[in-house]
Amino acid sequence: MPSVLINVPKKAKSGDVIEIKTLMSHIMETGYRHTTNGKVIPRDIITSFTCRFEGEEVFRADFFPATAANPFISFFTTASKSGKFDFEWIGDNGFSETGSANITVE
Amino acid sequence: MKGPITIVMASLLIAAGIVLRPLIATEIPTAERRSGYTFMGAETRAMQDDDTANPGMLGVLDGEALWNSRAGSAGKSCADCHQDAKSSMKGVAARYPAYDKVQGRPVNLEQRINLCRARHQEAEPLPYEKHDLLALTAFVAEQSRGMPITPDTTAELQPFVAKGRDLFMHRQGQLNLACTNCHDDNWDKHLAGSAVTQAMPNGYPIYRLEWQSLGSLQRRLRNCITGQRAQNYDFGSVELVELELYLMSRARGMPIETPAVRP
Repeated sequence: MPSVLINVPKKAKSGDVIEIKTLMSHIMETGYRHTTNGKVIPRDIITSFTCRFEGEEVFRADFFPATAANPFISFFTTASKSGKFDFEWIGDNGFSETGSANITVE
Repeated sequence: MKGPITIVMASLLIAAGIVLRPLIATEIPTAERRSGYTFMGAETRAMQDDDTANPGMLGVLDGEALWNSRAGSAGKSCADCHQDAKSSMKGVAARYPAYDKVQGRPVNLEQRINLCRARHQEAEPLPYEKHDLLALTAFVAEQSRGMPITPDTTAELQPFVAKGRDLFMHRQGQLNLACTNCHDDNWDKHLAGSAVTQAMPNGYPIYRLEWQSLGSLQRRLRNCITGQRAQNYDFGSVELVELELYLMSRARGMPIETPAVRP
């Protein structure tokens, strides 16, 4: 399983705007490069990222070949209640990875 | 010693009506030695400083998994002998390359890992610049993060440091450049848009944005040698390890930043 780094604040006050940061290891091969013999290196990228809070989608992003390797995603949301964030990365060649993090809202 | 002689030489030359630029490069005074980190933009520095934004940390995580997994016909993991890397590997990267008595030559961290695999795990060596060796090296080196570089002072090692210094000072390639011409004499200038920097080895393996992956100091050295348009050395060659040794002696006291991010 590829390594992933997820940064969600452990605690927040209700109504706080919090930053969520994720880093997923992936080569993000564009599909536009060739080997020295001229053969195309097939595309292998993450195509979609989703973040859900207690089952409800709060952030989604689509990826394209111009994204660098090991995509880093940072976004903001409002802390409303304690719960679990679920993250999902989907990509070429059946790539599918998940992660999660808990937050306590006071 | 050097000061008075230079002044005498200069006076003689000026007296003879000749003004020459100094032909002998001068090493950077200790107080002016700077990590590559200080040449980077705020965004790249922030990326290195935040462990959840630094892509090099992904390699460190993979390296930790490798540290704990069994390999080779001996069926041992690194942890079976060295236990917790947090204490056993602390400070190791700050004093490598070290002298290997059996081989009678200096070995860098990657080579030590492969020697350990051969001698104790009875495993195949991990290939240079492939993810596993870089990840394991990054994990070991990360245990020394923040510790000052303290080069090994073993007597047998010193001739190799001297050879590394000679190599650093030696002009070579179609461009007839020595490492020193950029990294001692012009480190405060730019080459195209990029800072030249002082060639400090304190963050390796680094996550280089240009590479979009981790890479070793030897990869970086080979990049520069290609830039000189000189005949390159193979990964693991004694010449590259000698250069590493000299660079470490040059960076004495500088804190280890592994896994550093570099543009």
